[in-house]
Amino acid sequence: MELKVIGQSEDNTAESGCSSSGCGGSSDQLSHLPEHIRDKVHNHPCYSEEAHHHFARMHVAVAPACNIQCHYCNRKYDCANESRPGVVSELLTPDQAVKKVMAVAANIPQMTVLGIAGPGDPLANPERTFDTFRQLTEKAPDIKLCVSTNGLSLPDQVEELCKHNIDHVTITINCVDPDVGAKIYPWIFWNNRRIKGRKGAKILIEQQQKGLKMLTDRGILVKVNSVMIPGVNDQHLEEVSKVVKEKGAFLHNVMPLIAEAEHGTFYGVMGQRGPTHDELQTLQDKCAGDMNMMRHCRQCRADAVGMLGEDRGDEFTMDKVEVMDVDYEQAMIKRADYQAEIEAKLEAQKKSANETFIPLTALTTKKKETRPVLMAVATSGGGVINQHFGHAKEFLIYEASMTDVRFIGHRKVDLYCSGGDTCGDAETTLQKTIRLLEGCEAVLCSKIGYEPWEVLEESGIQPNGEHAMEPIEEAVAKVYAEMAESGQLEQQRQADQLQAGA
Amino acid sequence: MAYEIIESCVNCWACEPLCPSDAIFEARPHFKIDAKKCTECEGDHVDPQCVSICPIEGAILNPFSEPANPPGSLTGIPPERMEEVMAEIQSR
Repeated sequence: MELKVIGQSEDNTAESGCSSSGCGGSSDQLSHLPEHIRDKVHNHPCYSEEAHHHFARMHVAVAPACNIQCHYCNRKYDCANESRPGVVSELLTPDQAVKKVMAVAANIPQMTVLGIAGPGDPLANPERTFDTFRQLTEKAPDIKLCVSTNGLSLPDQVEELCKHNIDHVTITINCVDPDVGAKIYPWIFWNNRRIKGRKGAKILIEQQQKGLKMLTDRGILVKVNSVMIPGVNDQHLEEVSKVVKEKGAFLHNVMPLIAEAEHGTFYGVMGQRGPTHDELQTLQDKCAGDMNMMRHCRQCRADAVGMLGEDRGDEFTMDKVEVMDVDYEQAMIKRADYQAEIEAKLEAQKKSANETFIPLTALTTKKKETRPVLMAVATSGGGVINQHFGHAKEFLIYEASMTDVRFIGHRKVDLYCSGGDTCGDAETTLQKTIRLLEGCEAVLCSKIGYEPWEVLEESGIQPNGEHAMEPIEEAVAKVYAEMAESGQLEQQRQADQLQAGA
Repeated sequence: MAYEIIESCVNCWACEPLCPSDAIFEARPHFKIDAKKCTECEGDHVDPQCVSICPIEGAILNPFSEPANPPGSLTGIPPERMEEVMAEIQSR
């Protein structure tokens, strides 16, 4: 087995400045992209693992209509506590949406991106979607615009899309095989008819592929989203990845199916399960190839506001926005200053990381092989460990190994509305969190209470509050080095041993 | 004779631009069809347009006051399965 050693391989350091994929995330994660694309995405929170710590996005819900039905979607649902795509609390007119965007941009200087993602299909509501884009291009030229679509009417809208300042389009493509599609899409609305089953799925797939090609031919960035549905398209998504990459998509984002009976979706009611953390990660690894995966994707609501993983929508409801006084000229200057400051800070961090990222080098002089370890991190953003264990609404998962520290994904605590105290089982929040952290051997946070500390330890997860305010990757590397030093990584994980023995 | 939108409508706007007779209009608490204008799309389309795009089973009644999209016809969820699951959720 060949092991790359940080700081010793010249190729590695020359290429990216740091061979840890987590270190200097955006340059590494996006390093395969041509310069002009990197320029477009480096401060886009959804596309860059690093940028999402520092930049914010918002979605405006101006597009209620949809022209297809997906088995993971229920058009009836609207719950303020729900966090998943397709769910919104307040539908906006284009004029209202523009007001809201300007109010948010004036108050959240980190906001770089405005997306229209639904709650229906933005391109099935072309007037409302394009009216919003038209006004924003004029009134808020410093904001990047993006749109997502199921692709059915994409070929018809490409010309119009090109007229606006839109540089990112996301197409949700769950399959390239109509037989698989028939199990995901019960119907589409096409040429004035509702078309069901395989026939409908076939048309949808053709339109998606045609639209994808038309966009990339015109130099518009296209990201492809896929929902991983075990037993339906999980085996098929590798093929999807290959096909969309050939057609020029610059990112493929494989997301887990969200399905609960209370959502009232086909998959939820029929008991279709979502993938486990492990299954998702394995598939993302397989699809990765030389195309990047968006492991930090949060599957936001169609009216989300703020940094990924947080939602400040409540501060910007229409009644509040209507009475806000916004001087956008002034706000633009402030925003530009703020964002330049962040960029400078990131640049400095990248440089210093280059110099300080040595603990693993020391390790590799040891001959003994140590196994990779998953660690959970509590952070509220900024790329540092800065959150109390008990306050964490999600944990970022990193894999540390002898060669590098890699961002794997995130796991959310108590994500879904369970309808109050109706849940019968008496599982506590702490127990739920421990189940959530399955597979992790350490959890890094700024602070942690005595009781959870004990319970975590008993469950084989080592709590660690010693690296508060430190950059995540460095801290994870240090903890890994300590674990390796103590010899515990030369054996199988304790929990696994117990399981194997049982 | 005309189609009719009832209270289970979710106000998604999908039907409104499709109506060849401009019979559909935004209203509270839900969209409505002007019965005097509705032609059931005869002469314009093979299928009634609102019924063909509506995502909500039961939200549109046909001229005989029956659901134009009956339970299970759009989602593929067998109605008995839906009842069973909803009862189970209620009893939690």
